[in-house]
Amino acid sequence: MGLSESQTERYSRHIILKDIGVEGQEKLLNGKVLIIGTGGLGSPAALYLAAAGVGTIGLVDGDTVDLSNLQRQIIHFTPDLERPKVESAAEKINQINPDVTVNSHNKFAKAENILGLVMEYDFVIDGTDNFPAKFLINDACVMAEKPYSHGGILKFDGQTLTYKPGSACLRCVFEDLPPKNTVPTCSQAGVLGAVAGMLGTIQTAEAIKYITGVGNLLENRMLTFNALAMEFMTINIKRNSGCPVCGTTPVITELQDYEQPVCDLIQKKNPME
Amino acid sequence: MKLLINGKTEPLKQTCISVSELLQVKNVEHPEAVSVQVNKEFVSRTDFDSTLLNDNDEVDFLYFMGGGTY
Repeated sequence: MGLSESQTERYSRHIILKDIGVEGQEKLLNGKVLIIGTGGLGSPAALYLAAAGVGTIGLVDGDTVDLSNLQRQIIHFTPDLERPKVESAAEKINQINPDVTVNSHNKFAKAENILGLVMEYDFVIDGTDNFPAKFLINDACVMAEKPYSHGGILKFDGQTLTYKPGSACLRCVFEDLPPKNTVPTCSQAGVLGAVAGMLGTIQTAEAIKYITGVGNLLENRMLTFNALAMEFMTINIKRNSGCPVCGTTPVITELQDYEQPVCDLIQKKNPME
Repeated sequence: MKLLINGKTEPLKQTCISVSELLQVKNVEHPEAVSVQVNKEFVSRTDFDSTLLNDNDEVDFLYFMGGGTY
C-alpha cells in the first residue's frame, strides 16, 4: 500500500518507534476497532485511535450528549448538546484525521445486534457504563472469538483487562452481574473525569498493541488503579474452567439482554432499553 | 498471621480466618459483589465460609467497577 508523503509526516512519531515503524503504521491504517459507548472511556479511545490513524473506527451508542457528560466525555463539546453522541464523535474523528473511516451506529449494543457488529472489527473496546452491557460484550466477544478490552471506572478507581481467545474473560473473574444495589454507578457515586481519560487511554494502547502486534497485552491480568493514592496494581488472574461462558462446559451458549436494575433510572434513560 | 492482600503484606491478630471473616475484618462493603482469589485461584462464593486462610497466603479482592459513562 505504502504511505503518502503527508502520512509519513503525520505518523512520523509512530514510524520512528522501532516497534511500530512503517509496517506497524500500515497495520493501524488497515485496522478496525469498534468502540461500544462513546462516553467517558470511548471519548479518549476514539480521539487517540483517530489520531493514531486506525483506518476504521466503529462507534456504537444510542445516547445523546447531555450537559453532565461534558465533565469527562471529551470528544463532545458544548455546542453538541442534545446531538447523538455517535454523530458528535464522528465529526471530531473526521476533523482529526481524514484517513479514518467512521461507522456510526446510533443505537445501543444488544443481544440481537452485537455479534453482527463485533464480527466486522479486529478489536473491541468496552466503553459502556453498566454491567448488563459489559457482560453482553464479554459474552459476545468470547462467542465470536474477538479480542476486547474491558474497562470500568468509579470515583477515583479504574480497572481493565484485555481478553483474547484463550485467556481469562470477565466472567472468569466475575461470574455474573453483581446483585442489585451493591455497586453504585458513576452517576450515583461520581467519577473524576481524568480517571475516565486514564483508563480509556490504557484501553486504546491495548487496541494499538493488538493491531500492531507489539508488547504484552493485559491478558490474564487485571490492572487496577486508584488515582487518589496514584497507585497501580496488576493482579494475575487465571482462566476459570468453571467459567459460565468460556469454561469447559459453558452454560451460556446464547446471548441475551441481561437485566440489572440500573439504579439511576431517574437521572437518565436505561441504556439497555 | 500475615496475609498478602492485593500485593501488600498485612498482619492480622487472628491465627486462623476464613475468606468470609476476612471480608468482615477488612470492612469490605458489599462482599457479595467482590471476587476473591486465594493463591491465584478463584474461590467460589459458596466456599467463602469454608475456605480457611493460612499464614502468608496471597489474597486478592477484585471489585466490580461498572462505570464507563456512556
